[in-house]
Amino acid sequence: MNRLSRFNIVSLVLGFAFLYIPILLLVIYSFNASRLVTVWGGFSTRWYASLLSNQQLIDAAWVTFRVAFLSASVATVLGTLAAIVLTRYTRFHGRILFTGMVFAPLVMPEVITGLSLLLLFVAIGLERGFMTITLAHITFSMCFVAVVVQSRLLSFDRSLEEAAQDLGATPTRTFFSVTLPVILPAIVAGWMLAFTLSLDDLVIASFTSGPGATTLPMRIYSQVRLGVTPEINAVSTILIGVVGVGVIIASLVNKRRDVQRRRDEQAAAQG
Amino acid sequence: MKSLGSIRRSFAPWTDPNAKPFISFENVTKRFGDFTAVDNLSLHVYEREFFALLGASGCGKSTLLRMLAGFEQPSSGRILLDGQDLAGIPPYRRPVNMMFQSYALFPHMTVEKNIAYGLKQDGMAKADIETRVAEMLKLVKLEQFARRKPHQLSGGQRQRVALARSVAKRPKVLLLDEPLGALDKKLREETQFELMDLQQQLGLTFMVVTHDQEEAMTMADRIAIMDKGKVIQVATPAEVYEAPSSRFVADFVGSVNIFEGRVAGRDEGRIEIATADGVTIRADDANAAGQGTVWYAVRPEKIRISSKRPENPALNAIEGEVWDIGYLGDMTVYNVKLASGQIVRSSELNRHRTSEDPLTWNDRAWLTFPADAGVVLTR
Repeated sequence: MNRLSRFNIVSLVLGFAFLYIPILLLVIYSFNASRLVTVWGGFSTRWYASLLSNQQLIDAAWVTFRVAFLSASVATVLGTLAAIVLTRYTRFHGRILFTGMVFAPLVMPEVITGLSLLLLFVAIGLERGFMTITLAHITFSMCFVAVVVQSRLLSFDRSLEEAAQDLGATPTRTFFSVTLPVILPAIVAGWMLAFTLSLDDLVIASFTSGPGATTLPMRIYSQVRLGVTPEINAVSTILIGVVGVGVIIASLVNKRRDVQRRRDEQAAAQG
Repeated sequence: MKSLGSIRRSFAPWTDPNAKPFISFENVTKRFGDFTAVDNLSLHVYEREFFALLGASGCGKSTLLRMLAGFEQPSSGRILLDGQDLAGIPPYRRPVNMMFQSYALFPHMTVEKNIAYGLKQDGMAKADIETRVAEMLKLVKLEQFARRKPHQLSGGQRQRVALARSVAKRPKVLLLDEPLGALDKKLREETQFELMDLQQQLGLTFMVVTHDQEEAMTMADRIAIMDKGKVIQVATPAEVYEAPSSRFVADFVGSVNIFEGRVAGRDEGRIEIATADGVTIRADDANAAGQGTVWYAVRPEKIRISSKRPENPALNAIEGEVWDIGYLGDMTVYNVKLASGQIVRSSELNRHRTSEDPLTWNDRAWLTFPADAGVVLTR
């Protein structure tokens, strides 16, 4: 392995500083005793305590979580179905058009997605609130799921399905006993992606929400406009913590599975 | 009594005019767009036969197998299994099982679960499944690997799991797509004999697709040689080798020397062929050649090589120059160049550790073979 040269070290430090100093500042100031955000007044956890009595923030967090869970779940089902159709049934007219149309929302500006959804909900007279945010999130996160699942399906060995059918499984049973378990990691990854996307979406949620359904990002944003309080720093720190722990656990599990697999394969090759 | 090849056959239903074929392909054609993979092909396979489809890649042999399994539908023609037309029957209702080239083991299931999969689909009772799985594990000697996942097994072990899984349901026919293709040479040779034993033990009909002629020769009762979607010859390994029907078959199976010439004379079922070298070859004419161009195909091991001209005038004798020698241990291969530039191959079995007539590069040498050493081909 190459040793790190001075240049490497400097660029590494600069890069990571660029990425993490803002977040680090936010975390530090969440423990600030002072009410003023930019003046350090000693260490304290009082903002975390006051957070617990801020019913508005807790409500917003609960709405966000429910929206994220529901929309990620529905988007995963729809996205998986879309991916299966687009990879398997390659001989229908306009497949390329449909593939493009599934992926277009990936690059569509959020403002446009949000606005068009708002227009639709108004036009059909749907009352805006929890349902409309969820529908909007399903719409835009579905294509992310489709992309993730599709890439897994493209490398899927079709002979597995043929083998299952050859052994007497109907196409439906084949799907649930062979195809689904094999592509499950991609589906889970797609769900997690959709969940995170929904969790931190501000723009689309602002367009499609109504009274009584305020998500956490919206609540934080509206409070910040009235002035940043250390409470917001505390909420953000908790969010960073949750996401951070999630990512670390996922990568550890992945890593362990990888190592185990490699060891198994070596053992198998030797004897 | 004289017989083609060195094996006396005790199993030969194809010679019995009253025997009913078990699998019949009747004028089967399969087109993919403009490409014709299988071209108006008819073929009969008998019960308990070990049948091999041999051909280069793209000759349509795998397509034939996949049509029997139900993964492809014939564009025209019929496929019958035990008298039943298979048209319209989906793969999961056909009494055939297939062992896939990639093995297609379910990666998320243990060896046990893989083998039990087909039995479960049939709704077999749990206790019966367990008994059958144990029996299969024993058959392929993998008892201690029952709880492992496919990625924890070596290539050879995976191959056995795939085999156990495909015979667990006791199908009427077992289809094997390049069953030994992924194994190394030594393991392949061992496994060939194991497959033959297994077929005998279970009394199943095996249909194997392979591009490896040695594999087909070793295992099969009969071989169908395929080229461009057509069957060129269906025969026992000995017939395919000793009595090929065409230059294609002669050349495809083993190595062969082919002399081109005209029929110059005829005498009691024997013809004289005048070759381009100005040599006359006397040959048994089993194929009743006409007047045009004929080819005489003779295998290297049927040609003797010597530094002296043979005394027996009944033998064919051709003179040439030793061009290349390959010493393989059990035998030595000589490439001899004739006056016309044609290279003729002769292989001598090294039955003794010493030789009385050693040859070296650029020596003059005589190649001799009797009239019945080769076959006269007309196409």
